[in-house]
Amino acid sequence: MEEMKDVILEYVIEEYVEDEDEEMTYDTPLISGGIVDSFSMVSLKRFLEAKYKISIPDEKASPEAFDSVNKIVELVKEFIG
Amino acid sequence: MSNIGSYDERLKNFDWSISEKELGYKDGDVINIGWYCTDRICEMGKADKLALIWEGLGGVEKKFTFNDVRINSNKFGAFLRSLGIKNEDRVCLFMDKIPELYIGFLGVLKIGAIAQPLFSAFGDESLHVRLDNAKTTAIITQRKHVGKVRKLIEKSPYLKHVIIVNHDGKKTLKERELTFDMEAYEEPKDFEIFLTKAESSSVLHYTSGTTGQPKGVKHVHYSLISQYLTTKWVLDLQEDDIYWCTADPGWVTGTSYGIIGPWSIGITQCVLDTGFSASSWYEFIQKHKITMWYSAPTAIRSLMKAGDEIIKEYDLSSLRHLASVGEPLNAEAVIWSGKVFGHEFLDTYWQTETGSMMLTNFPDMKIKPGSMGKPFPGITATILDSKTFEPITETGKIGLIGFKPGWPAMMRTYWNNEETYKSKFKNGWYLPGDRSTIDKDGYFWFVGRDDDVINTGGHLVSPFEVESALLEHEAIVESAVVAKPDEVNMEVVKAFVTLNSGYEIDDMLELNIMNFIRKKLSPLAMPQEIEYVDSLPKTRSGKIMRRLLHAKEWGEDIGDTSGLDDDE
Repeated sequence: MEEMKDVILEYVIEEYVEDEDEEMTYDTPLISGGIVDSFSMVSLKRFLEAKYKISIPDEKASPEAFDSVNKIVELVKEFIG
Repeated sequence: MSNIGSYDERLKNFDWSISEKELGYKDGDVINIGWYCTDRICEMGKADKLALIWEGLGGVEKKFTFNDVRINSNKFGAFLRSLGIKNEDRVCLFMDKIPELYIGFLGVLKIGAIAQPLFSAFGDESLHVRLDNAKTTAIITQRKHVGKVRKLIEKSPYLKHVIIVNHDGKKTLKERELTFDMEAYEEPKDFEIFLTKAESSSVLHYTSGTTGQPKGVKHVHYSLISQYLTTKWVLDLQEDDIYWCTADPGWVTGTSYGIIGPWSIGITQCVLDTGFSASSWYEFIQKHKITMWYSAPTAIRSLMKAGDEIIKEYDLSSLRHLASVGEPLNAEAVIWSGKVFGHEFLDTYWQTETGSMMLTNFPDMKIKPGSMGKPFPGITATILDSKTFEPITETGKIGLIGFKPGWPAMMRTYWNNEETYKSKFKNGWYLPGDRSTIDKDGYFWFVGRDDDVINTGGHLVSPFEVESALLEHEAIVESAVVAKPDEVNMEVVKAFVTLNSGYEIDDMLELNIMNFIRKKLSPLAMPQEIEYVDSLPKTRSGKIMRRLLHAKEWGEDIGDTSGLDDDE
């Protein structure tokens, strides 16, 4: 099974990274780095919820919690049964 | 003591010549915003004063004095001239909040060309529509956005130059692409600023309406007169202030009060070019000892959401004056800011078309939380009956906001759309499209838009544009787009759609539609909710009745629908 962090990183690169030369890692700042803005965060949250069949409460979906793939993985794991 | 002093005293015998005199301008003189924001400040003895402290990701900093901004904007101007770009040509600035955006903007103005700043998060379709309308000659962009420009270059024959400011040599340049390195470019000798006059075109900002394509709002160099004085009296900028305007110059606040206002006064400003987080913003204020902070309700509400505890981790004691713009600032946010920062955010009301502040709360004036305040001196404001367009004299009654035309920063036209421009004036009043009441003390209170335009996070989104883009998605047959209430952004986009046969409603389809719009138009235009319906409510002539969908979202009474005209 593909690792969760690889799935999320691949999705972020595919959907949000405009500069194809940008080197992306699991720790690249997404929100504070301006790669994913606050409006687009809604679609990233929706992806995680659909992909992992979870529901992330709005109060947990903070810019800090979405600021890197590694942080997102931590968040998603909180909600996977 | 604030710059404005007593508001009531200022109302007496006010004349815009106050601003003209302070700027040393006389009727008929040359007036060039680029010169006023750089050369003049240097001539006033502030050449070595910091104009810009820029911070990017990871705390990377760049600093520019007014002399640096003067020289670098001259370099931009000289480079554009070397390409044959001349006065009245449209030059688009399509960049994140990097120094080249701020300085390049002035370089464009210095050669008499028209600066066309566009929000860098726009998708290729949004970008193309705006370039096509203006028949833009050149676009100045950065490496990360070149991909979007390449998508539209073939269908944009008028676009002669694609200028990349941070090319690293990795990508091969394509036809019409060239590079410009601001710092490495040789300082031009004897650079001559184009002798623009009061009515010479300066800036073309795009804004969305209910119907039709986005409108290019044309401003002129004389707008400086309003922008200078409103900055001085409302933002109260004083010599030693460190100013932070959080707006992106892709929108009007970012140019009127993120470039022109502060720099025409000679004030140091800071720019943070990273994404939003409460901690990074507070850190930025603490680090640079920001004194005056001009922000937006969406950001303020996001900070409220982050809580009060985090604020205690930072020293924000440098702050002395706060103001807000973009959409109405709710009373709770005003009160909260007073509690946690020791200063209330003063709401200011204006729009792309007005070019400068119209209704505002002033320093040293009693604040009524939730109110937009009072008219700036020199602005005649009222509320009008929606049918007769006569002023309403009754206190507390809802009407359309109306302004008497004639202030310096008023738009001069919509680009190639004089008819729509004229339609904004009724009975001698300019109508910004909002409804309000006025209380017994003369304070204005926002009620709502008078049309279907969605104000999300302080940015206007056209439902028509989103509906049209949705129809290009293969799964969608029909669409209707309305505003949905949102705690942080005031409104967000909601779409109602009917699907083609063969498409199943599931989470991935919804995500696919959201991303389709995000990339095509912009993240702001992306529906945050999609509702699938069997059919959309229509008039007998087949026009979709957005009003009913809007009323449903806002829990309003939809009223008697039987009497609706076919074309309503």
